[in-house]
Amino acid sequence: MQALYAQLLVGLINGSFYALLSLGLAVIFGMLNIINFAHGALYMMGAFVAYFLLNLGGINYWWALLLAPIIVGIFGMILERTMLQWLTGLDHLYGLLLTFGIALIVQGVFQNYFGSSGMPYAIPDQLKGGMNLGFMFLPVYRGWVVIFSLVVCIATWFLIEKTRLGAYLRAATENPTLVRAFGINVPRMITLTYGLGVGLAALAGVLSAPINQVRPLMGADLIIVVFAVVVIGGMGSIMGSIITGFALGVIEGLTKYFYPEASNTVVFVLMVLVLLVKPTGLTGRAA
Amino acid sequence: MPETAMAEAPAKAATGGNILQVRNLEAWYGESHILHGINFDVNAGEVVTLLGRNGAGKTTTLKSIMGIISKRAGSIKFDNQEIIRATSDKIARMGIAFCPEERGIFSSLDVRENLLLPPVVRAGGLPLEQIFDLFPNLKERLRSQGTKLSGGEQQMLAIARILRTGASFLMLDEPTEGLAPVIIQQIGHTIARLKKEGFTILLVEQNFRFASTVADRYYVVEHGKIIDGFSNAELAANMDKLHTYLGV
Repeated sequence: MQALYAQLLVGLINGSFYALLSLGLAVIFGMLNIINFAHGALYMMGAFVAYFLLNLGGINYWWALLLAPIIVGIFGMILERTMLQWLTGLDHLYGLLLTFGIALIVQGVFQNYFGSSGMPYAIPDQLKGGMNLGFMFLPVYRGWVVIFSLVVCIATWFLIEKTRLGAYLRAATENPTLVRAFGINVPRMITLTYGLGVGLAALAGVLSAPINQVRPLMGADLIIVVFAVVVIGGMGSIMGSIITGFALGVIEGLTKYFYPEASNTVVFVLMVLVLLVKPTGLTGRAA
Repeated sequence: MPETAMAEAPAKAATGGNILQVRNLEAWYGESHILHGINFDVNAGEVVTLLGRNGAGKTTTLKSIMGIISKRAGSIKFDNQEIIRATSDKIARMGIAFCPEERGIFSSLDVRENLLLPPVVRAGGLPLEQIFDLFPNLKERLRSQGTKLSGGEQQMLAIARILRTGASFLMLDEPTEGLAPVIIQQIGHTIARLKKEGFTILLVEQNFRFASTVADRYYVVEHGKIIDGFSNAELAANMDKLHTYLGV
């Protein structure tokens, strides 16, 4: 029974990363209509920035949680201003190819300098150790990742669905020309939205660093599963991405317990089933 | 339509002064040349109507003034400032508001969010109480999804949301299209009240009967050019010509 709970926890941890990453992808797709294949590389950059901050600047994990998303978010905004903005109105394929190319370049540069092996990033002192819950042993850091990710996801959902800024974002997703004619600087809003989505990926990278180590290909390994999560949840759906992210992490964890051979493919099998039954995803909108 | 007095009118240009000057306006959709040198003026406090058949270039003229069509040439002066090269967000912030033909109600926003979406660009916009006084239906539907409203209510919402921004120059593109006569009458009353309050209105209409109840002057657009213009006082004398222009 302990093994089941342990797999459930692993599932929730993976679900946290899926949710944060797919949330960023959903925000970016909703606003820019771009399938951001660079997301995995930007997630990896978040972990590396945390690593550099600690080892070169002596800046600890807590500051890295704040600074890495800002730094990588600014890098993302530069990408949007210099490259992605020119794709407005073009077929999705161009955005997909460009961001895939960006991902390959970023990963290639990091691989060139740091190789493929992982570099350790220590768990902060405050989050070391674990708690015995009676039915299982819960490492504090893993519990923190799940709760913090959930809070960030809900805060992002609140920002987009319940605030005035979110209303601008939702309206600009539907009709950017009219929103701009109301006096809102839509191009600037698009840049900031891309920065926000990228910042969420970087935040997931920082959270992941103490668990998965810091590796140039850490994002490449994860991004395919995250895209499957986004497809199942529905492209552009904020709540769909969050719920599906956590749910698929748990389903993956349970599969590891009940039928380990299928644990790596269960998400893709579900994706195929959802695409057959509801091509727009469980909560997605039609293109 | 309740006739309670409106609060102090927004800061507007002195009545009668020239507020919009369009000279040799040309516009393109991609390679298609739509406007071929449009010339007209609008004075502050006036309701000016652009008339013309489908595809004549009326909506394109409004969109060009608003900066929505990026490929345009000539001169557009608003309040003596050249805006031909300005982006639509900057034009909106100068005090021009646009209500599109398709109304542009956002389906992902409820009525309240739709109403509050356009930012206040300058002081003097109508407060919400006055907007609800003009359009009482909206107050009862605040939590409804914007696109769940009837056609008439959507049109009211589309006009209402630009009234709180403080813009003094309103461009309304076919506000009566597809609406029931009783709603058309209500919109006519609203435009008359806005005019009384000092708003300047540039209207595009195919419904000539409606336009004649609110407009001070008319311009006829054909093949992307202004081919005629007359005031309301000259309307009766120009009816035959107008029928020919509009093909009615």
